[in-house]
Amino acid sequence: MLTESASAHHAHDHHHEEAGATKVFGFWLYLMTDCVLFATLFAGFAVLHDQFAGGVTGRDIFDLKDVGIETAFLLFSSVTYGFAMLSAHRGSKPAVLAWLAITFLFGAGFIGMEIREFSSLIAEGHGPDKSAFLSAFFTLVGTHGGHVTFGLIWMATLMFQMTVLGKPLNAVYISRLACLSLFWHFLDIVWICVFTVVYLMGVL
Amino acid sequence: MRLTPGSGRAGRVPAGGVLRRVSPAALLSLALPLGGCEGVLNPMGAVGEAERTLIFTAVGLMLLVVVPVIVLTLWFAWHYRASNTRARYLPDFHHSTAIEITVWAVPCLIIAILGYITFETTHSLDPYRPLTTAEAGVVPDPAAANKPLEVEVVALDWKWLFIYPEQHVATINEVAFPVNRPVDFVITSDTVMNSFFIPQLGTQIYAMAGMKTQLHLIANKPGTYFGQSANFSGDGFSDMHFNAIATATPADFDTWLDHVRASGRALDAGAIAELEKPTIAVPATYFGSVEGNPFQAYIDKFMGKGEAMRDAMHGADAAPAGETMPGMSGHSGMGN
Amino acid sequence: MLGKLNWSSIPFDNPIELGAVAFMGLVVLAVLAVVTKAKAWGYLWTEWLTSVDHKKIGVMYIVVAFVMLLRGFADAIMMRSQLALAGPGHKGYLPPEHYDQIFSAHGTIMIFFVAMTFVIGLMNIATPLQIGARDVAFPFLNSVSFWLTAVSVGLINLSLALGAFARNGWLEYPPLSGIQFSPDVGVDYWIWSLQISGIGTLLTGVNFFVTILKMRAPGMTFFRMPVFVWTILCTSVLIMAAFPVLTVTLTMLSLDRYLGFHFFTNELGGNQMMYVNLIWVWGHPEVYILILPAFGVFSEVTSTYSQKRLFGYTSMVWATIAITVLSFIVWLHHFFTMGSGANVNAFFGIATMIIAVPTGVKIFNWLFTIYGGRVTFQTPMLWTVGFMVTFSIGGMTGVMLAVPGIDFVLHNSLFLIAHFHNVIIGGAVFGYLAGVTYWFPKVFGFKLDEKWGKRAFWFWLTGFYFAFMPLYVLGFLGATRRMQHYDNPAYTPWMHIALFGAVLIMCGIICQLVQIVVSIRHRAELADVTGDPWHGRTLEWAVSSPPPFYNFATIPEVDSAEPLWTAKNRGEIIFHTRDNYQPIHMPKNTAAGLFIGIFAGVMGFALIWSIFWLAAIGLLGIMFTLIIKTCNDDIDYYVQPDEVARIQNAHYARIDALASEKHYAD
Repeated sequence: MLTESASAHHAHDHHHEEAGATKVFGFWLYLMTDCVLFATLFAGFAVLHDQFAGGVTGRDIFDLKDVGIETAFLLFSSVTYGFAMLSAHRGSKPAVLAWLAITFLFGAGFIGMEIREFSSLIAEGHGPDKSAFLSAFFTLVGTHGGHVTFGLIWMATLMFQMTVLGKPLNAVYISRLACLSLFWHFLDIVWICVFTVVYLMGVL
Repeated sequence: MRLTPGSGRAGRVPAGGVLRRVSPAALLSLALPLGGCEGVLNPMGAVGEAERTLIFTAVGLMLLVVVPVIVLTLWFAWHYRASNTRARYLPDFHHSTAIEITVWAVPCLIIAILGYITFETTHSLDPYRPLTTAEAGVVPDPAAANKPLEVEVVALDWKWLFIYPEQHVATINEVAFPVNRPVDFVITSDTVMNSFFIPQLGTQIYAMAGMKTQLHLIANKPGTYFGQSANFSGDGFSDMHFNAIATATPADFDTWLDHVRASGRALDAGAIAELEKPTIAVPATYFGSVEGNPFQAYIDKFMGKGEAMRDAMHGADAAPAGETMPGMSGHSGMGN
Repeated sequence: MLGKLNWSSIPFDNPIELGAVAFMGLVVLAVLAVVTKAKAWGYLWTEWLTSVDHKKIGVMYIVVAFVMLLRGFADAIMMRSQLALAGPGHKGYLPPEHYDQIFSAHGTIMIFFVAMTFVIGLMNIATPLQIGARDVAFPFLNSVSFWLTAVSVGLINLSLALGAFARNGWLEYPPLSGIQFSPDVGVDYWIWSLQISGIGTLLTGVNFFVTILKMRAPGMTFFRMPVFVWTILCTSVLIMAAFPVLTVTLTMLSLDRYLGFHFFTNELGGNQMMYVNLIWVWGHPEVYILILPAFGVFSEVTSTYSQKRLFGYTSMVWATIAITVLSFIVWLHHFFTMGSGANVNAFFGIATMIIAVPTGVKIFNWLFTIYGGRVTFQTPMLWTVGFMVTFSIGGMTGVMLAVPGIDFVLHNSLFLIAHFHNVIIGGAVFGYLAGVTYWFPKVFGFKLDEKWGKRAFWFWLTGFYFAFMPLYVLGFLGATRRMQHYDNPAYTPWMHIALFGAVLIMCGIICQLVQIVVSIRHRAELADVTGDPWHGRTLEWAVSSPPPFYNFATIPEVDSAEPLWTAKNRGEIIFHTRDNYQPIHMPKNTAAGLFIGIFAGVMGFALIWSIFWLAAIGLLGIMFTLIIKTCNDDIDYYVQPDEVARIQNAHYARIDALASEKHYAD
């Protein structure tokens, strides 16, 4: 039977909440494709991880102390982003902005340290053009770093929109914050894999 | 059919080795419009023979399904045309357990049989597996004259370099071996990927820089067979041919070797540097002597490949000739 | 300042390329002139370029597909004529450096910009209508996807005018495609047009997966979805799982080329086998991305024109799912000759054959759908029968190549070329053409001319057999793919037959162009007033042709797999409610997708020519467009009930007028 839906489920707010849920689901799916992307990079690293071409190995160039600090930055930023989301659901825009700012600083610290690591490696003559191992290392870690940078730009945009443009903390913005939250935690998980597979296993 | 090898000198090989005889099998396959000429349906060695049999078996098995499907498609489409009022109209016929079981079971059965054949033949035709005398279809030779002949092959831009490590000679775009004697090819490339392929002898295999692939072939009938690169490698690809000569007797092979040696040219550093320049449609060229171990040098050239691979390399060197090399070089799992 | 770009980048020495460029330039100028003369820029801008309507985006995809089919076919006929001429003692008229570009461009264009755009066009047009939705889940994203594809098409065609295209085949194996052996910009054209369109495709995959999961009409359970929707769902899964691998592989190749990395180089530990593995980990699922939607079309078409419910719906669905899963574990069959061990080869060979089982089941199901039917042979049905016969042959040769022992002698030969054209033309393309004919009246409100459609079909079908059966023979004769000339006189007659086949296909394509013109001129006679020209079974035929921009005035409730058919059989009047409409929430048009596409095109162009400042501008342009877009809250609106009523009642009035006209005529 092909009757017509009598249900009038078109109240404005309701629609936006539904759209928000769909958006978060879609973004989650996008993250799954990102997961495949990182899996491919990990596979590439696994293939090339011992192709040192007579050059340096992970043991020669990795500084676990620095990497540990980087890891701590990123993990803390996940926690602070969690607080931002809690504040968002409480409806407190100032608290959201404050937590986002703290998260941003941690993220920026992480990226700063990564840039420092990369530039010192290149300066010492261990750039990505020196061996397949270094190519795979720079690409995998760099892709993660690129994602974090993109996350920072996104975070800055949201803060800009909610402060300078005075956008309200409504369903639209909460769903955007939720998407960025998924992204940010996802990058944390990827980093834990990077830390384990690239750095720990490279040194051990 | 190629009667004239690339250079005049090569033209002087014993006539019996050059003339291709038409085999009964070839005559038989003339029934097909494609069997008469050189090609994979007119094999001249045990490997190619087995592969042709496999083609016929697989096609035969699948025709068991494909022919009925095509006939039924045309018949049903014709019979159930709207204008045919005599055909029954069954608008709600959309399920039948018996038909469902049949259409799943029949393909499954055929694929199961074919899968079994595939498993068996993939092992028996593994290009890395040395041929046994029995498989090669050859009566064992007590004089051990038909112990495998080792030939090293290097794909260059755009020609093939053949090195005979035991005979200490080398050639470009021409390779010879006695009929009924297994040939162990070890193959690499100095530049890009190529595929080493003599259609009438069977299996092809890639040539890749820094890696060693292997191929075991045999010719059971004398003749000059067309060889080529089967993997695109750049502008000169279409002319990257060679002649594979199966000489009628071991003595003919020795005569050929004498011709090669008579050239007086040496495959030394200078000659190699010259060869590595990209050239197109190079005629067959002989090198009467070989300096050092150029094949190994080609492998080593790209060996900035890490400890594990270097070790595997040395391990393989120590292994007796003809033994299948394990693991590396060309054996790619998922990206090795 | 301009990177590698200079005056010598223009191929003044190549009359064929310059001619092609001049021709394309003229066509573009002519189109621009016509649009300007008709004062249609405003219409084009508001109704098409900035549209987020899935139907219009779908039409634009299919227009791109047809245009690129012409380009790809021009390449094909050049290749065939070259090989017909370049027998013993002749080198033909295309030197290797040009011929190599042609076969590379042919493959790349046909797969990425013909087949993929056809697939995505059809899924855009039909999916939301079939599931009773008003649009896709993310209409703006859909527009972005399209424009990313469109600018990639622009980039690949630009290679005719500036520089050269890649020369190493459609998959550009390194090390040949590395900077050492391919130092010019050809490979970069290939990389960036694929990279940009690939991201568009990935977004499409996400979009349609969410659309199908979240936006089905109430009552449409998974096992009530039309089979076409099922195939699109599976295709979306394949896209999401496979395209990121392509992105990474292309990125690695670019890093090797631009920054001296060593992923796939011969030196310093690079591994070319990794490229071959990665590209086929994407590439094999890609084949099923192309064919599954065609299977979906055939299912719809067979059932509709047989006036019969699809036989074995459930096993059809499970067969589709099985193919989806299996397509990820067969990639190694593309390189059995790389020297993998016998066990590895046997595993991948047998896994490949297993795919033949669900595929065979599908063929049988279509067969038994025809059985007991009342088959009318409109063009889509002809394509379907042609497909069933042709695809059976292609499937058989595919299983042959899946046997490693056979592949060892047929790998990279013209037999392989014959096989995949057999399944891609005889499978996928026939399906797209059937789908286009089938849904054409839904989109435009009038049917395509049958006479010219049937002519096109017969030319295509016979042309296919003449063009590709000889290639099977040539493969057995040992002829390899990608050769520019040959010395074996036995090849020549077969090459001539193949050229004849290509000419027949060309006649088929000309018939299709004529068909479009004739149909537009006769649109009054061919008009589809009811919205249900084929006595259809699924929801898209329950709305007017063309559908209103909101698709469904009220969202239908579904209680069977063939809701429209069931309703018609019960004698129900469809959509009887003519008042009490609710406001309909719709997205507003936006130019952001177009701008993102243009900036991505600028970035791609700049990267191809190493003009890095311009690439940065392109990237920043994309980012700022996105940021500005997200700052804008005015993105949607409500269609008011009175407007809905006006549109719907106009449609019903047309049907009533037709009915009374018929009554009067009787």
